[in-house]
Amino acid sequence: MTQYPVSAIMLRDPSLLVGALIAEGWRVIGPKLDQNAIVYDQLINGDDLPRGLTDEQEAGHYRMVPGRDGRWFDYVVGPQSWKKWLFPARQKLWSATRRDDGFDIEAQATDWPKTAFIGVRACEIAAMAVQDRVFDNGSFADSAYAVRRRDTLIVAVQCARSGATCFCASMETGPRASAGFDIALTELDDGLFADSGSDRGAAILARLNAHPAQPRQRQEAQEVSARAAAMQVRRMPANAPEVLRAQPDHPQWDEVANRCLSCGNCTLACPTCFCTDVEDVTDLSGNHAERWRSWDSCFSVDFTYVHGGSVRRSVKSRYRQWMTHKLSSWVDQFGTSGCVGCGRCITWCPVGIDITKEVAAIAASGSEG
Amino acid sequence: MAPRPKLAVWKFASCDGCQLTLLDCEDELLAIADALDIAQFLEATKVATDGPYDVSLVEGSITTAHDAQRIRDIRAQTKTLITIGACATAGGTQSLRNFADVDAYTSMVYAHPDYISTLATSTPISDHVKVDFELRGCPVSKHQLLELISATLAGRKPHVPLTSQCTECKQHGTTCVTVAHGIPCLGPVTQAGCGNLCPSVGRGCYGCFGPKETPNAAALSAQMAGLGLPPRALRDLYRSFNAAAPEFQAESKRHD
Repeated sequence: MTQYPVSAIMLRDPSLLVGALIAEGWRVIGPKLDQNAIVYDQLINGDDLPRGLTDEQEAGHYRMVPGRDGRWFDYVVGPQSWKKWLFPARQKLWSATRRDDGFDIEAQATDWPKTAFIGVRACEIAAMAVQDRVFDNGSFADSAYAVRRRDTLIVAVQCARSGATCFCASMETGPRASAGFDIALTELDDGLFADSGSDRGAAILARLNAHPAQPRQRQEAQEVSARAAAMQVRRMPANAPEVLRAQPDHPQWDEVANRCLSCGNCTLACPTCFCTDVEDVTDLSGNHAERWRSWDSCFSVDFTYVHGGSVRRSVKSRYRQWMTHKLSSWVDQFGTSGCVGCGRCITWCPVGIDITKEVAAIAASGSEG
Repeated sequence: MAPRPKLAVWKFASCDGCQLTLLDCEDELLAIADALDIAQFLEATKVATDGPYDVSLVEGSITTAHDAQRIRDIRAQTKTLITIGACATAGGTQSLRNFADVDAYTSMVYAHPDYISTLATSTPISDHVKVDFELRGCPVSKHQLLELISATLAGRKPHVPLTSQCTECKQHGTTCVTVAHGIPCLGPVTQAGCGNLCPSVGRGCYGCFGPKETPNAAALSAQMAGLGLPPRALRDLYRSFNAAAPEFQAESKRHD
């Protein structure tokens, strides 16, 4: 099955691919400049793609700034992740209408036209694989999620640089994706090296009538990724799962709780966090009810509400729950880390709490606990 | 047809904006009138029926001895008493008097200050009587008000999250104005519910919905000071619609 008949091509302009996909009937979702940030929204045409921009990221800091002239993909990941589309913030599950002798339940249909994501980074492909294990894992399937994943074409972009909060190399999720895409683009000085990762991706590339890529360009594409990896200044200690498992009483938890706002930004920006709240609503007449599912966060007090009160009342216990689940007990639960090293929780924390530094602090003085 | 629950809407020291939110429910107003017997709502109708009442919605704060007695009378006639808006739940913007000398102000403002009979403080309704539910906001959100009325009619718990405004930003796809633009914002310490009004147009949150659950205002202030906000601006940020909410009051005093 995995013999892609077309070898890689060189694309001078990604808007040609966007235009071809739209012409073939795909809804194309990709990076757009909005509110001075790169967000993922529907592209009307290839001109919607930002150009010549890069991002400046640090803990609690993000700015769009001019980048290398004419470059299409010199920024890394922004405030949103693809879960915005695959696992929407609010989703109606069903509705019910009262009848004289009971009530009728109406299932909610999944409205998902065939969709192409363009600009998916390696860490984001890894994040989708992490969420797949939650929402469609063989023993359980969220049918709406499964439909969205099945009917979505993935056009990856291999990062040509890393941001200061990126640490995918240490999570072994990037910066170069080797699978999980239909097409992958690497931006070079002389255009975009476009390789296929599936038969449908190969077929789309074949229809573009572009020049085949040279072996030199394939080599350059690899080197671009190696340079991006070498740029990373943050890393996650490899022994994070063991360190966190062994240190539930480390004083660093109190220290971080003094800084943590328990606002939930880290979990909502995270591309793998999947926790939800389910709410039942009724209308004024009481004859119509709906069940909605919406993003929740382990930082909310109600998240652990059981009869009589909430279990994790202190911020310390909630922060510890988030980090130990993400980096340690996730491995026990799903067989992989819940972290893909995208750095969003670091950049988008309003007070700049850095997950890599917190783990390092706990690891460095592990015996104190 | 079973008798409809009797609803009363009351006003104390306030601007009427929260009552207006109820009148703003244009599409739902007939359904509300179908479901409830509106026994007392002077902003909407002169017709007023005596108590007891099944549900009282109370707008405004307590600023006079007369009002302190009036709310006790209303409580005595009400089964479920719900306060609506920042004035009723936290004392409102008029609670700025709590930080000042009321006698000195009245002597400067009024030609005959001896005609003025007022308390030294503006306090929330819950300081005076038992309140069954507090709906936050300046003004309250129409969506939350309808949810609260529907839930009260159905005898279920209303879905009114106590989490941060940040949760609304993220659900709406609003980029964080502090992280991306360096704009001071009370969102991380403010309760969600407004519908993401200010951040969605690139402004920082003003804290209209009051402190969220377990707010860490000190840590947020330290970050905003780092962004260049001087202490006085920091103090004033917490001292607005919910100035007398305990967590905002304590934080504003730290920067006095």
